Amino acid sequence: MRLLRLKPGHGEIVLAEGDVEVAEEEQLLIEAFRRELDAGMWAAVPSESGDGRRTAELVKQFADVPRDAERVIFFPRAAGGCAPPANLLADLRSAVAL
Amino acid sequence: MGLALGTAAVVLVVLVWELLRPRLISAIAQLRARRELAARRRDEVRFDPGRELRAEQRARRLLHSCVSQEEWEMYRDLGFMRVWGARGEDYAYLLYPHRPILAYVPQTGELLSEYCVAFPDETLPYGSHRLPDADDVLAKWIALRGDERGLIAQANMHLPGRQVDPDQVRRDLARLSRWERARSARLRAAIVRAA
Repeated sequence: MRLLRLKPGHGEIVLAEGDVEVAEEEQLLIEAFRRELDAGMWAAVPSESGDGRRTAELVKQFADVPRDAERVIFFPRAAGGCAPPANLLADLRSAVAL
Repeated sequence: MGLALGTAAVVLVVLVWELLRPRLISAIAQLRARRELAARRRDEVRFDPGRELRAEQRARRLLHSCVSQEEWEMYRDLGFMRVWGARGEDYAYLLYPHRPILAYVPQTGELLSEYCVAFPDETLPYGSHRLPDADDVLAKWIALRGDERGLIAQANMHLPGRQVDPDQVRRDLARLSRWERARSARLRAAIVRAA
């Protein structure tokens, strides 16, 4: 199993890698998993269903990760919000110019 | 008298020096470490087009390995991805990199709403909180697949047209329709050839 994290300016990085059937390696995976969740990341396990459909499952603890999962992907948690719309920026600019 | 005072002054200076020396050495070491860190940060923050390009290529490979072949080809060819709603094909979403998620009705092309959502990395690696484009699309795809309702609840909802030009979306939907027809034709031809 590999724990990956999406990172700005880099793409994914490998946080930890190991065999969940080996106790020491599983412990390292669990520690890395907790560290990322404590840092506010979301964790997801991409998978493929029996009919070939690709999907992903969000997991909140290491015990929820299927034992045969190949990878867990961590990414920053979602936050609502957008930059002001383009027309609003234009309005502001013209207001400042006045 | 003078000699005694002089000796006492020298002893005092030596004692003070001995007391302060460890603190001074540690302060100098900290200052050096801080300067080195600042220099490293400056190097990291500097915009590097090569680094951004490599990041995007890496992100695209990961996206390709997670989503379906059709979704990957859609993103590769059109620059956005359609994801069906979890409750059937009555509605779907368009995922653009670093733009709001657009909900629409595939049968009519009617735009329903914009969901403004971002995945900011507050640790600011390389001085930026923005994921590479393909990673941003992947994060949206994962969040929609994993917890559609949670993501929509988290997002700021707006009427269509606030951030994304509705005419542009209609053009994109027309491109998507043409792309799907061409892809189906290609797949049919491949099946016929194989038979």
